[in-house]
Amino acid sequence: MSELTKKHPIVRMFHVYKRYGAKNALADVSLDIDFNEWVFVTGPSGAGKSTLLKLMYRGETVSEGQILVDGSNLIRVPQGQVPMLRRKFGVIFQDFKLIQTKTAYENVALVLEVAGLKPQLVRKKAQNVLRQAGMEDKMNQYPPSLSGGEQQRVAVARAIVGDPKIILADEPTGSLDSRSAAIIMDLLKGYQSRGATIIIATHDKEILSRTNQRIIYLENGRVMDHGMRTDVERNE
Amino acid sequence: MKDMADNLFITLVTIMTIALSILIASAGGLLFVNAGDVMNGWKKGIRIMAYITPETRESDVAGLRETLAKMSGVRDVRFISRQEGLESLKAQMKRQMSLIDNLDINPLPDAFEIFMNPEEQTFEKIETLAARVSALDSVDDVEYGQAWIGRFTQVFNLFKFIGITMGILFFMVTVFIISNTIRLALYSRRDEIQIMRLVGATDGFIQVPSYIAGLIQGAVGGMVGLIALYIGYLAISANIEKNFSSYVIHIRFLPWNVVLGIIVYSVFVGWLGCFLSLRQFLKNN
Ligand SMILES: Nc1ncnc2c1ncn2[C@@H]1O[C@H](COP(=O)(O)OP(=O)(O)O)[C@@H](O)[C@H]1O
Ligand SMILES: [Mg+2]
Repeated sequence: MSELTKKHPIVRMFHVYKRYGAKNALADVSLDIDFNEWVFVTGPSGAGKSTLLKLMYRGETVSEGQILVDGSNLIRVPQGQVPMLRRKFGVIFQDFKLIQTKTAYENVALVLEVAGLKPQLVRKKAQNVLRQAGMEDKMNQYPPSLSGGEQQRVAVARAIVGDPKIILADEPTGSLDSRSAAIIMDLLKGYQSRGATIIIATHDKEILSRTNQRIIYLENGRVMDHGMRTDVERNE
Repeated sequence: MKDMADNLFITLVTIMTIALSILIASAGGLLFVNAGDVMNGWKKGIRIMAYITPETRESDVAGLRETLAKMSGVRDVRFISRQEGLESLKAQMKRQMSLIDNLDINPLPDAFEIFMNPEEQTFEKIETLAARVSALDSVDDVEYGQAWIGRFTQVFNLFKFIGITMGILFFMVTVFIISNTIRLALYSRRDEIQIMRLVGATDGFIQVPSYIAGLIQGAVGGMVGLIALYIGYLAISANIEKNFSSYVIHIRFLPWNVVLGIIVYSVFVGWLGCFLSLRQFLKNN
């Protein structure tokens, strides 16, 4: 993304703190993430990467500070509106978080059913997105009968099926071999090209070393670096 | 539905619990319906006889009739003249006719036969009314047989009270058991519910399967209980009709509106169990 392009932040954090008891999981975090940007969040285990992502979709609430997502201040979002907020995000996890008792197709379709789409539209969209993920043949299988890479492809299909503005991926390749990891990253790139913002928490050195995207480096809950790859290398 | 199949054992336990408590409670109801029938049959026979003093003038009798008819709890008043009284006495005592035939004078006084409103025939009301009638100047004496029915009413009311108390107890136990089984089912769906929330499901959307399960369990439990009761009823009534003449005791099943009410009630119990467990579960998870 050119430095000259005028940027619009879709996620803004102002002096955000998240405390668990006496521990600061995040401390004084301020950052902007732009529309259609691709950002990595990295740092050692326990640095606060997962917490940072959770705060964005209100999986957790801030202890202090403000977060704006797509123009709305998360503190002001009433509990009843949290489901609507969640629909702005597609969320991907290291452990896939698929419903074990539902087929791949049902897992993907659920997102649209929850949003109240008509059954025909649900079927069309879910099948479409599973085809994009290369899971069309196995869409009637249950997660336990799929490989890790396949499950994560279903999870990506689920994340993008509702056309969310933002994808949050927490260690999406953490339990995958490099070939499967590459497929997942390609799928996410494809989705970014449709205008979405992609935020990925990872400590996968291989992925980080090959990217020319922005990397946010966290340590002990603090942002140590907002910079590009070369900056991170200097820190290490 | 799929939910219920996944937790087949829990579902069956819940349905059996509801069925059992419905069976016990509605068996009590059946007993009361039939005991009530018997009592009403007896009550129809209750009347108060008010004998009029011989000094009362014929012109005053009409006034007395008015007074009696206006008393609370009185349904009907019938005048029985001394002649009429004698006739019916003669009819009742045909064998000893000669004895009565030989009477020169009619020893009977004029009387009023007082019938009460069936719904006001409690023991206390009968006694109060009798006392008020006998306090009237032109009434000599009052007679009301079958006062023992009043005692029976008291016992009946005691049983009714015990029955209602038990019913409330059953209600609470059933709701408690249902809400617990549904909570168990919810815990087994905990990951699924978390994921549903993650993808933007409202609590309403998450609750729907549990409510469907609760309502179905309630309805099925209620029907199973009633079917069991009906089978029991058939067995018992066949037995009674073999041993007694059906004129003496005729037992009937619960009226259809009560049956319907019981099913609505058990559906409500299923709903309430759901409501309570969901409210707690969604708050804490
Ligand atoms: N629910 C929680 N309760 C208590 N402490 C937590 C909780 N979640 C995270 N933490 C703590 O917050 C810190 C940051 O955690 P996390 O965001 O998961 O780090 P990362 O994803 O970078 O490994 C860690 O020290 C962790 O122990
Ligand atoms: Mg983490």
